[in-house]
Amino acid sequence: MLVIRRDLVDAMVAHARRDHPDEACGVVAGPEGSDRPERMIEMINAERSPTFYRFDSTEQLQVWRAMDAADEEPVVIYHSHTATEAYPSRTDVSYASEPNAHYVLVSTRDPHEYELRSYRIVDGVVTEEPVEVVESYMFAHTGGDDIPDLG
Amino acid sequence: MAVKVSIPTILRSHTDGQKSVQADGGTVAEVINDLDSRHSGLKDRLVKDGGLHRFVNVYVNDEDVRFVGGLEATVSDGDSLTILPAVAGGMR
Repeated sequence: MLVIRRDLVDAMVAHARRDHPDEACGVVAGPEGSDRPERMIEMINAERSPTFYRFDSTEQLQVWRAMDAADEEPVVIYHSHTATEAYPSRTDVSYASEPNAHYVLVSTRDPHEYELRSYRIVDGVVTEEPVEVVESYMFAHTGGDDIPDLG
Repeated sequence: MAVKVSIPTILRSHTDGQKSVQADGGTVAEVINDLDSRHSGLKDRLVKDGGLHRFVNVYVNDEDVRFVGGLEATVSDGDSLTILPAVAGGMR
């Protein structure tokens, strides 16, 4: 299950809407081992394409280093599909390489209603998981008690 | 040429969980060969058909090696080599 704050969901959807019809992409970092998404980082889609996305490799190195320095990891890796449903494509699955990440897909094909779904993708196997949107993590069951909640 | 190599989570099964390891070589290809001799199986995850696998990014210091000669990019003593999974996908 992905437990995620509403403001982060809103920000991912806003990013996807803004970049529509191109695919938008990014990460939400959180304390290592906490499974708690805290800090959203919009990434450049180096492909600037309605059918493909790729993190800009130079930007990715900077962002991954910053996470490393802050003892964070990518808790959520998100991208949008702008003409199809929010389900991982074959390409998405072949590239999925963060076994601890929640892969979030936002579909913007409907201009009025967005679709947001979350998956685990491990060794090529896609497993959809429920998404619980919360106002704050204070009363949500995320991570360990030893990791302070920032949200 | 001794370099420090950062290993991403997905490949740490090859390095007994270590986040960073040492390797030797004067080019990226040589470093990868040396890595593979110490941590069997790593090369197959990094190299395909004589080039860098499209699923990974490799950096020498701050430079994506795809822009500086690929596997033939030179590596100097004390450089750091970072391996990251490429993050990509699309609707098809």
